[in-house]
Amino acid sequence: MAIDMAQFHQVFFEESFEGLDAMESGLLNLDLGDVNADDINTIFRAAHSIKGGSGTFGFTSVSDFTHVMETLLDEMRDGRRQVTRPAVDVLLGSVDCLRDMLRAIQNGGEIDRTSVAEHKAALDGVVNGTHDMAREFPAESEHVGADTTMMTTMEEPAASEMQIVGWSIAFSPHLNLLKTGNDPVRMFRELAMLGELTSTVDMQGVPDIYDLDPEECHLSWKLKVLGDIASTEIDEVFDWVEDDCDLAKQAIYSAVAEPAPLAVTEQTQILKPASIEPITIPTVAQPTAAEKEPKKEESKTSASKASSSIRVDTGKIDTLINMVGELVITQSMLSLIGEHFELNKLDQLKNGLSQLERHTRELQESVMNIRMLPISFVFSRFPRLAHDISSKLGKKIELKLVGENTEVDKTVVELLSDPLVHLVRNSLDHGIEMPELRRAAGKPETGTVILKAYHRGGNIVIEVSDDGKGLDKDKLRAKAIEKGLIAEDAILSDKQCFELIFMPGFSTAEKLTDISGRGVGMDVVRRNIQALGGNIEIISELGKGSTMAIHLPLTLAILDGQSIAVGDETYILPLGSIIESLNIKEDRVNRVVGKGETFLLRGEYLPIIRIHEIFNVPKPKATKLTDGLLVVVEGQGIRCGLFIDDLLGQQQVVIKSLEANYRRVEGVSAATILGDGSVALILDIPGLVRLANQ
Amino acid sequence: MTSHSLSESQTEQFLTFELAGEAYGIEILKVQEIRGWEPVRKLPNTPDFVKGALNLRGSIVPIIDLRERFHMPKVEYTPTTVVIVMCLETETTGAAVMGIVADAVSDVLDINLADIKEAPNLGSKINTHYMRGMYVSKNGMVMLLDVDKLLNPEEFIDIIELQ
Repeated sequence: MAIDMAQFHQVFFEESFEGLDAMESGLLNLDLGDVNADDINTIFRAAHSIKGGSGTFGFTSVSDFTHVMETLLDEMRDGRRQVTRPAVDVLLGSVDCLRDMLRAIQNGGEIDRTSVAEHKAALDGVVNGTHDMAREFPAESEHVGADTTMMTTMEEPAASEMQIVGWSIAFSPHLNLLKTGNDPVRMFRELAMLGELTSTVDMQGVPDIYDLDPEECHLSWKLKVLGDIASTEIDEVFDWVEDDCDLAKQAIYSAVAEPAPLAVTEQTQILKPASIEPITIPTVAQPTAAEKEPKKEESKTSASKASSSIRVDTGKIDTLINMVGELVITQSMLSLIGEHFELNKLDQLKNGLSQLERHTRELQESVMNIRMLPISFVFSRFPRLAHDISSKLGKKIELKLVGENTEVDKTVVELLSDPLVHLVRNSLDHGIEMPELRRAAGKPETGTVILKAYHRGGNIVIEVSDDGKGLDKDKLRAKAIEKGLIAEDAILSDKQCFELIFMPGFSTAEKLTDISGRGVGMDVVRRNIQALGGNIEIISELGKGSTMAIHLPLTLAILDGQSIAVGDETYILPLGSIIESLNIKEDRVNRVVGKGETFLLRGEYLPIIRIHEIFNVPKPKATKLTDGLLVVVEGQGIRCGLFIDDLLGQQQVVIKSLEANYRRVEGVSAATILGDGSVALILDIPGLVRLANQ
Repeated sequence: MTSHSLSESQTEQFLTFELAGEAYGIEILKVQEIRGWEPVRKLPNTPDFVKGALNLRGSIVPIIDLRERFHMPKVEYTPTTVVIVMCLETETTGAAVMGIVADAVSDVLDINLADIKEAPNLGSKINTHYMRGMYVSKNGMVMLLDVDKLLNPEEFIDIIELQ
């Protein structure tokens, strides 16, 4: 009985891609001067599990390739081999190659053999001590499309050169085959899906009717499947009966390419050839062209299904399960009321219904939360990009990632990646100058590119900033005039000047490199971002660097919040901004005339912001500092103590923009909806400080 | 007077509501729904006429008290106090949803655009900037409001700054 191994392929691919990412980041983080055995170990483990997995699933080309990588890594791990820059580069190249191979297999495409061979040769070169193989790599793009004429299967490069037109299989089950729950008919149907199947049954082994145990299998078959079928596909069908039968399979080659005898013996695993006198019975299933078609489509849909899968934090699923539990309880309560309804139960009914409404809403929101992914999904590819570009251009670049855990809707993550790649490439290529130029300009040789994501005012902001040369307004202007995009006497503000780069057909790159200046322009970037309902903003200073800030509205963004009470109001503080909460002693407070109050905390004087005062909350429960609580918070480098009545609970809140229907309110970054359906405001610490200073 | 092209037969429907005994009208196409008053969350440091924000099926909707907006005497909210939720077109944010508090909703009038008279500058409690015009019905005068201008959040800033 063949179980569909393909159902595990998806998991294997996902894990492998993750493993490759781990290898990549591990390789990039290797400190060549001081190699840590643990780091190498991590890379090694990832390679090892890819090798194991691909072996299990019969992707021999992958496992062979990984094996060479593993050998090299093993030597590095044992300290037998020095970790050198060329070796790391070769490994990085191999990671890419491996990724391409896996992708090709996943999509049912063809593996680029020349590329694989080259990378393998390079690896072998390093293993055998040949140096500088890395330099011999042609750019990846040159491999694309090479050798597509070669007929490729997933394995057995030797056999692939001969046309396999089918397989003949001798299949003699042991007596107990049926008892183990396997059904030959199903297997034959499976085979018939692969190609045209002819089966010949041998009934010689069938005993006399009086001795016949109907649960034993006395039949054996000779099967012939015609079609371009990989050996593994046949194996898959018989995977589960391997131990319960004698199986021999032999490839049938087309007349054109007469099989070399050697190849045949390699291909044939004769365990026990069955000697039989054939009786021809009708084929199990007559596969028609129509039947083959859906099979192909099926594999296509499974590929697209694969790309839209999502990994969800178990915590989120647990919440979801809890909510469904609550929903079920409410439902049973309601049906109980409905069974014996009397008018005096009206209140109960109303309560139940409002509970139901609340649970449904919460459920809806948590379902939405499932779609939220940390932005690191996009960010994680950039260290590699920076590494590649800096080594290609001979620049020294440090890439910093900030706020990688900011959660963004999955769709946004996907659609954001291309524009971001473009912006980062721009910064790396055009923004950061060559080391000599930087030195001459009195800047450190190593340029810094910062990728930063954070929530602000119900928006998510993603910034790409560099300390490079910045945008040259006059140059932009001249270029725009030259291209006829603006009138010669147009008066433009700085901002308008910068925005010129978003105009279609505008490129200031003096020469096109293969890193940027190719095809996609900034106009596409802006269009993509606008399609997400966001905008992009440029801040730049000539000689100091530029910042591109992408603002995306995010009704789906969620935040870990701490609810606090002031008077009758409930506010939410971002949990991440809270350092500690404490009861304050009067002797720690200093009052400075005209400057408000400060208090001493571990040698630091922190300003006290009374929420009820700056928000004019009527009837606060605590007006004396000793009566309430002081929450020490930090936001954008500013520390202060917020004076509140009480701390309530912690919860995840869904950020709702206030700006959608209203406007910014100072001191408030956004709003959210509490469990009881009422609105609560999310506090913005820098805004509060600004308010307090007024 | 508005810049709408006026053809003789062109009519528009207006929802009229009461505010301190006077009738006001707003274009009915801007009205999304009418709700009873319910407590809202106060927004700090906003003009008093912004009563707060309401959760309207998941979106945060600011609620404006027109009495206070027009500097009329405040009244206690009663069970008949209504909130008219409107969808506005603003220059800055595009479509925005806001609610206004009114004493009571009265009627829906079919008004021929040609019958809309220019608002007199005197005698009206409201700056004509926020008015589309006036209409004289059988039951008296109706002031037709330009809600897009009246409820433009950016205009609130000026008011805050004036305070």
